[in-house]
Amino acid sequence: MIRQSHRLPGALPPRERELRETFLKQVELVPGGDRLSRCLQCGTCTGSCPVSYAMDLSPRMMIALFRAGMIEEILHSRSIWICASCYMCTTRCPQQIKITDLLYALKRVAMEKKLYPDRFPVYLLSNSFVRLLYRYGRNHELLLLLRFQLRRDPLQLLRMLPLGWAMYRRGRLALWPKRIHGVSAIRQMIDAAKTLELPREAAPLEFVPGAIGYRAVGQLPEKAV
Amino acid sequence: MEYLYYPGCSLEGAARQYDESLRAVFQALGVGLRPLEDWNCCGATIYMSVDETTSLAVSARNLALAGRDGQRDLIAPCSACYTVLLKTNRYLSESPELRQKVDALLAKAGLSYRLNVTVRHPLDVLVNDVGIERIAAAASRRLDGLRVAPYYGCQIVRPERGFDHSEFPETMDRLFRALGAEPVYYPVKTRCCGGMLMTTFRDVALDLVRELLSCAVENGAECIVTTCPMCQVNLELYQDQVNQAFKTSYRVPVLFFTQLLGLALGCEEKSLGLQRNLIPFQLGVATA
Repeated sequence: MIRQSHRLPGALPPRERELRETFLKQVELVPGGDRLSRCLQCGTCTGSCPVSYAMDLSPRMMIALFRAGMIEEILHSRSIWICASCYMCTTRCPQQIKITDLLYALKRVAMEKKLYPDRFPVYLLSNSFVRLLYRYGRNHELLLLLRFQLRRDPLQLLRMLPLGWAMYRRGRLALWPKRIHGVSAIRQMIDAAKTLELPREAAPLEFVPGAIGYRAVGQLPEKAV
Repeated sequence: MEYLYYPGCSLEGAARQYDESLRAVFQALGVGLRPLEDWNCCGATIYMSVDETTSLAVSARNLALAGRDGQRDLIAPCSACYTVLLKTNRYLSESPELRQKVDALLAKAGLSYRLNVTVRHPLDVLVNDVGIERIAAAASRRLDGLRVAPYYGCQIVRPERGFDHSEFPETMDRLFRALGAEPVYYPVKTRCCGGMLMTTFRDVALDLVRELLSCAVENGAECIVTTCPMCQVNLELYQDQVNQAFKTSYRVPVLFFTQLLGLALGCEEKSLGLQRNLIPFQLGVATA
């Protein structure tokens, strides 16, 4: 499962360096994200996670792999998508590492770099959701599911009919979406976010060529916690 | 006493009875609930995995609208909305850089946010502001002997310890005990229901739901009482699929805590949306 690379000791391949840089930029935007470097590898996160049994890499392994300069393996794993963000690991971590938020950061990197298979359900669902929000300002359950299933597997819609009917009969399935008044304001915000660049106070992350393994952790900017 | 109310998208759809029963309960207790004008989706758990700054800005628009209103407390009944709005407040107060970005985006919408809104869950408001004694005094009907499994779901008590313990909360247990019900031993009370995994990785979510159902049934619960639209749908709508997948025969009613509370307060069943539940529940009739 874990790729054995034949890299020279101490050198990060360009791809790894690029992904690592993207991830560390995301980590900077997570308040308390830099506590990642405090991991003791105790495994409390994995033991607490209700879905770690279904993961190919456990949360503890993900941190270990990141330290070893193998972020690409993490980004290609099924694990980052299995997290349902229940925050149990974050609550229990003895080092107060924001594991759930860091998993969100990993998801964002994987989304940005399109590191998922074709017709990947999580991508299809997120994409449908984001579009609905842009269009109406709110989510609409029926349109979300329709849009998702049509792109994922239209036949499933037939299987879901009885459930939909049961909900509809009880008035729990709104047929028409509501568009909020401020939808144009929301669209402006979302559009502006794409090009938003503020002057950065922090110096760009420094990548020491040859720094992998535990030394690479030092690349995380130290912030007062 | 009056609160600003942020229903959230689910309460206009699959969790309509949550909206109905919440309003009925607040009315019965004489507590004002004023909907926030023109609120938008909070971004749920999904937007955060696409873009952080945008998701914070979208969610902050609601807080900015509430802040402009002048009311300090904003009630968010949906666990996802509650967590996202709380998280937005926390991120904006902890990171000046994010604050700057979100301010710039809100300005595009003609808004500004001064971090002056407190996000509250209705369970917290009912138990800690209104008070259990006042609720018990207003109750016209006892829930005597009703064995309930109090299911809090994961997001109203995490990631930070909010109004109750993050793994073994007692707020709902205390509330229903005061009304005569018997909360059963329910150690999975804050375990994850799978959330959106029901759509993306169904086999994993069904397994999680099975665990929640079996724990309730084995401990003798007649119904599960929850605080979250996502949990309610996963536990109720997908109960048949759990039965199919694991060859079980669960048929446990899953109520919103406001529905059961409304019954104790003597609200009409229709005003609590009880007819909308897929697995019928009647007080005084053991169904388990």
